[in-house]
Amino acid sequence: MALNLTDAFLELIRRASSDLPPDVERALVAAHRREEPGSVAKGALAQVLLNVKVARESSRPLCQDTGTNIYHVHLPASVPHGKVEKAIVAATRKAVKLNYLRPNAVDSVTGKNSGDNTGVGQPQIHFEQWGKGHVEVSLMLKGGGCENVGRQYAVPDAETKAGRDLEGVRRVVIDAVQKAQGLGCAPGSLGIAIGGDRGSSYLLSKQQFLRSLDDRNPDRELAALEKRLLAEINELGIGPMGFGGKTTVLTVKIGKMHRLPASFFVSISYMCWAFRRARMTIRGEKVTYGY
Amino acid sequence: MAIRIDLPVSEEAIRALKVGDDVRLFGNIVTARDTAHKFMIEKRPDWLRPILAGTVIYHCGPVMKRLKDGWRAVAAGPTTSAREEPYQGTVIGEYGVRGVIGKGGMGPKTLEALKQHGAVYLHATGGAACVLGDAVKSVEGVHMLEEFGVPEAFWIFRVEDFPAVVTMDSHGGSLHAVVKEASGAVASRLIHGI
Repeated sequence: MALNLTDAFLELIRRASSDLPPDVERALVAAHRREEPGSVAKGALAQVLLNVKVARESSRPLCQDTGTNIYHVHLPASVPHGKVEKAIVAATRKAVKLNYLRPNAVDSVTGKNSGDNTGVGQPQIHFEQWGKGHVEVSLMLKGGGCENVGRQYAVPDAETKAGRDLEGVRRVVIDAVQKAQGLGCAPGSLGIAIGGDRGSSYLLSKQQFLRSLDDRNPDRELAALEKRLLAEINELGIGPMGFGGKTTVLTVKIGKMHRLPASFFVSISYMCWAFRRARMTIRGEKVTYGY
Repeated sequence: MAIRIDLPVSEEAIRALKVGDDVRLFGNIVTARDTAHKFMIEKRPDWLRPILAGTVIYHCGPVMKRLKDGWRAVAAGPTTSAREEPYQGTVIGEYGVRGVIGKGGMGPKTLEALKQHGAVYLHATGGAACVLGDAVKSVEGVHMLEEFGVPEAFWIFRVEDFPAVVTMDSHGGSLHAVVKEASGAVASRLIHGI
């Protein structure tokens, strides 16, 4: 039987929308355990965990904001980009009909919702050709609430007295989380990029969300900063939903790029607790799924 | 023990609520988000007044399933309320709304309106779209669906046992202001060492 590429993508969307990766769910369970018994924060996390279970069992969106659909596709030269793009768009339209996705694409000038979650730039697809023979796809659903609290700093920054070094990065990241409070659906995850231009920097910050929560940054200095920031941010006490509590963020991931001598950007992307990511590998006719 | 609120609700019952109270809502609530708030302020539609009087606005852009004879809420959690801050106080006064459900809290202008008109801000768990969608027992109607699209339309939801926490009350109390001040002191120490 020939592989139906549209159906393969539809299943990827269903998984991304209705399930959480196990590393994220484990972090949420641990966060629930840490909060004070009887606190509003613990109650919120209990509802979060119940919601994860209900969504998974009923194949419904974990969150009604099914977000920007961000695809990263690695493919061999033998697979045409156009064919993959067509299948993703067709699967997206089908997913809206099946209520896996919300119609989430609005014309920025007329205000008209396209009704099928497709439009200019939605879904967002990044292609990269590689030397391997198989196709690998990751899909991230990033909601608007958490996207709105993302922030980019051009350092030096006067308000935080942040300079062009890792101490400066530490300062602006704490500042961004303090400004975000609970608005991005805490406990969130932080993807941070140092360097690049404004565009590439934000993209790299979001690509940090493709890393497992449990991995270790191969750069020793960045690994140390990730660890320190995670501890310090949780000292802020903003807590789940901004109710006050012990867990404000689940993880901090930092990547770096070269920059121009004139520029030093620190880009901070915030992912809500509903951290939706799914992966798909296609080898010949065989499709496998993961996180 | 959660406090039961039947909608429409009296000003007296709402003024009795305080920050930290756990509530369960029963009755009709009406979704309204960005486009709807702009519309309420700019067009001031009279047909909306009886629908909103004494009830609660829900900041929500749901995923909806079309049935043969109506609609069902598939996923219906709250959206970020802060975006409605420029409009909310006026909407509460103008339409006699007794509360707002959302997430993330709102600012001083809304807090003042809650005090002046007798209303509360109710925080629902952000992202808990299935659990909250299941509290929607029926869809009683929808307005401006064609014009605004599914996420932005006015959906009238009949809810039962809809869970929320009072985080801003009609006495000037705001959990969000308290948390922001406390975390601000820590942030200042971590950033500036003071």
